[in-house]
Amino acid sequence: MDLTGHQVGGEGRAAVLAEPPPPGAPAPSPPPPSAETVRARRRATAVRLALLAVPLVFFALFFAYPVAAIVGRGLRDGGSWQFGPAADVLTDPGIRKVLWFTLWQAAASTALTLALALPGAYVFARLDFPGKRLLHAAVTVPFVLPTVVAGAAFLALLGRGGVLDELWGVRLDTTVWAILLAHVFFNYAVVVRTVGGLWSQLDPRQEEAARVLGASPAAAWRRVTLPALAPSVASAALMVFLFTFTSFGVVQILGGPRYATLEVEIYRQTAQLLDLPTAAVLTLLQFAAVAALLLLHARTVRRAESALRLVDAGSAAHRPRGAAQWSLLAGVLITIALLLLLPLAVLVERSLAGPDGYGLTYYRALTSTDSGTFVVAPWEAIGHSLAYGAVATVIALTVGGLAAAALTRRAGRFTRGFDALLMLPLGTSAVTVGFGFLIALDEPPLDLRSSWILVPLAQALVGVPFVVRVLLPVLRAVDDRLRQAAAVLGASPLRVWREVDLPLVRRAVLVAAGFAFAVSLGEFGATVFIARADTPTLPVAVARLLGRAGQLNYGQAMALSTILMLVCAATLLILERLRPGRTGEL
Amino acid sequence: MPLLRLDGLTVRFGAHTALDGVDLDVAEREIVSVLGPSGSGKSTLLRAVAGLRPADAGTVLLGGEDQSAVPTHRRGLGLMFQDHQLFPQRDVGGNIAFGLRMRGVPRRAAQERVAELLDLVGLPGAAGRSVGSLSGGEQQRVALARALAPRPRLLMLDEPLGQLDRGLRERLVVELRQLFRGLGTTVLAVTHDQGEAFALADRVVVMRAGRIAQSGSPAEVWQRPASEFVARFLGFRNVTGATVRGGVAQTPWGAVPVPEGTPDGVGRLLIRPAGVSFTGDGGDGGADAAAQAGPRCTVTARTFRGERVVVLLDPERGPQLEASVPLRHAPAEGERVRVVFDPREVVPLAGGEPADG
Repeated sequence: MDLTGHQVGGEGRAAVLAEPPPPGAPAPSPPPPSAETVRARRRATAVRLALLAVPLVFFALFFAYPVAAIVGRGLRDGGSWQFGPAADVLTDPGIRKVLWFTLWQAAASTALTLALALPGAYVFARLDFPGKRLLHAAVTVPFVLPTVVAGAAFLALLGRGGVLDELWGVRLDTTVWAILLAHVFFNYAVVVRTVGGLWSQLDPRQEEAARVLGASPAAAWRRVTLPALAPSVASAALMVFLFTFTSFGVVQILGGPRYATLEVEIYRQTAQLLDLPTAAVLTLLQFAAVAALLLLHARTVRRAESALRLVDAGSAAHRPRGAAQWSLLAGVLITIALLLLLPLAVLVERSLAGPDGYGLTYYRALTSTDSGTFVVAPWEAIGHSLAYGAVATVIALTVGGLAAAALTRRAGRFTRGFDALLMLPLGTSAVTVGFGFLIALDEPPLDLRSSWILVPLAQALVGVPFVVRVLLPVLRAVDDRLRQAAAVLGASPLRVWREVDLPLVRRAVLVAAGFAFAVSLGEFGATVFIARADTPTLPVAVARLLGRAGQLNYGQAMALSTILMLVCAATLLILERLRPGRTGEL
Repeated sequence: MPLLRLDGLTVRFGAHTALDGVDLDVAEREIVSVLGPSGSGKSTLLRAVAGLRPADAGTVLLGGEDQSAVPTHRRGLGLMFQDHQLFPQRDVGGNIAFGLRMRGVPRRAAQERVAELLDLVGLPGAAGRSVGSLSGGEQQRVALARALAPRPRLLMLDEPLGQLDRGLRERLVVELRQLFRGLGTTVLAVTHDQGEAFALADRVVVMRAGRIAQSGSPAEVWQRPASEFVARFLGFRNVTGATVRGGVAQTPWGAVPVPEGTPDGVGRLLIRPAGVSFTGDGGDGGADAAAQAGPRCTVTARTFRGERVVVLLDPERGPQLEASVPLRHAPAEGERVRVVFDPREVVPLAGGEPADG
């Protein structure tokens, strides 16, 4: 799940293989390059631009344009920009409360996630125990789960009539703890996979060398291992902060009327109060915050790519030794069981606990339109979701694949900038994007208001960053001399791509497709705006059911969430089997 | 007409000039080794010929035709990479057949050719093996077979034996030469290992900082290094400044006889280790040919090279000297000896350039 893209090895190797001099390095009066060199360079640039054309147009039309349109709608009045509202919004005490809550809950969630997941990273990196692979996959399931499902699961565990409520009369859904714990649930895998992935490859002999030189185990860890891990910890922390800062579905379901993040407030202002100027100011604010976080993250990742001695992942793992390691392992297993597996188990349990004892009552209810919540039977949402997800996956693969292919060669400043740009949709207000679609893509030549393609387009927007993150490290790790060997043997550039690149990245493409599919299935913030009433997606249907009173609606929401979870988990487990050795850490 | 002609070939990386106006001809069926320290531009030379790196000036002619507009895949060359670069997702047969497929050779014919090449490189029946299961030497053979399969007009080898251990390397280099002679392959090989270059090639080209420092048969280059750089690169240490007058050079080691016909003047001189021998116990007894007698020395170290011993000497004056003597004549460490110089092994060097690398 390396959203962080720390491509230790991949990048390093790419750097080594690049032709000797860094392009554009200032040189004292460099001699003019020959016409042939200039031509070759121009050709390379032209190819890259051609590959980038589709992603650029895609992002311009379906990201920049809608976001700009909604911001313009909010801040322009009669042809001139109005910045008065900005000052009003930012001084409004209610908004300030939202900002403050957004910040501190993100910081608290990040700290809590690190505290709980770093021991997990160690255990997965350095210890061997039965069922480790399966557990590693299971830990990742929450990350690809729709936020709505996670919200539903925590509601079932901590909420009114939830398991804790029934057993001990304890309810946490009115406290901030429900939100924080749900955020840990989601982001545990980010830390375990980012930090643990690197940790498992750190050469343990570095620590041994320090020990031989007289360092105690603690000192060796502090002075050798920790500095090597620090950039990856920082990178994981920033990613968790980014995800929790922009949290929507979880807070929407668990926050009640008391707690709102910026994103939830944008939704409230847009959809409920129709206060576009306020929403526009908040959108810009979130945009700026996310851009700053991504820049910081890009810098951290670059530091993380420093030369480290790496070994094969897992070769340094061993059976637990001594009381300390055994208790650490036990602690981590208990944490995972309580925090990650229990909510999912409760979700399944609630979906089966009908009014007359356990059974499939709620699942059966999904096939009827009796409850009146929908124009169509809820189970049809499954079909819509799968169809939308499939189309979104194709779009995300095309756009992301072309972008990755263009970004493979030579990481110049321009490339890195584009790299970061591709991540932007992950953090930008999905609500804004969704609403922007509605108001921007409503006139010819781009009148898509009534078109089904809107939903997959919005979903693909979140899928593309994942596709690029998965493919780029693998493509960069392809030894350029392998391509040259093929060229010398008579393969044309296109043929080289087909004969060398494609076979090596085939599995990574499947992994990328899986991630794009899972993310598309779970997309909620944008879809909630643009999915039509007669073709809801699974998350939209779940949210709508949860928004209604009544045991039957609640049970159906749990049943639909369970189905959604099973689809996502199945996708992920298939991916885990496919995972090629070199797919970065995603 | 030479098969390959480089005419003023120049390649620059920013301000660094990797190849500086290189002129080189390779005749059909000739085996040429390009030898040089790392950074001398020898790998860039291969890349420029292959078209993997565009030339900044000068031309590459193959069979008399300018290649500047011809992309790599249409040049019809073979290139063996240092670390082989076998395609990991294909088996041995798939690797060897790759170039044949690119040329549209029918499957049947390609299979026959693969089998033929596997026999040739001594791996019969290995077509179905995965490349991951091959040892270093076997990978090298497969890489060679892959490069040879499409019958390239010029085969280029980049450090062909660089990653193999010494014993295997010495055996393989002989096999390679016999193979290329038998097939009549034109070969341009690049290496930093002089033993490899001298054993493989008809002609050795020594490179320095992007230019050709010397070109000649292995024996010529070995016996008559053209410059102090070449001499030192080949491992000779007895290089010094000298003033020649009347067949005798004045050096820090005293008077050294030089070959007949050496012009008078100030220059640099190489005394090959084989030209340094001993007269006895280091006393004053050396009555014969006093003019040839060199300084008295203390033996500081001995290195065994098969039947000969390289003796490191600390002379009473001048820098350390190296002598190569038969095993039975080798003095013991700490022994004091008097040396004599053989004019036939003394080589005047061109240019007073300082040594580097």
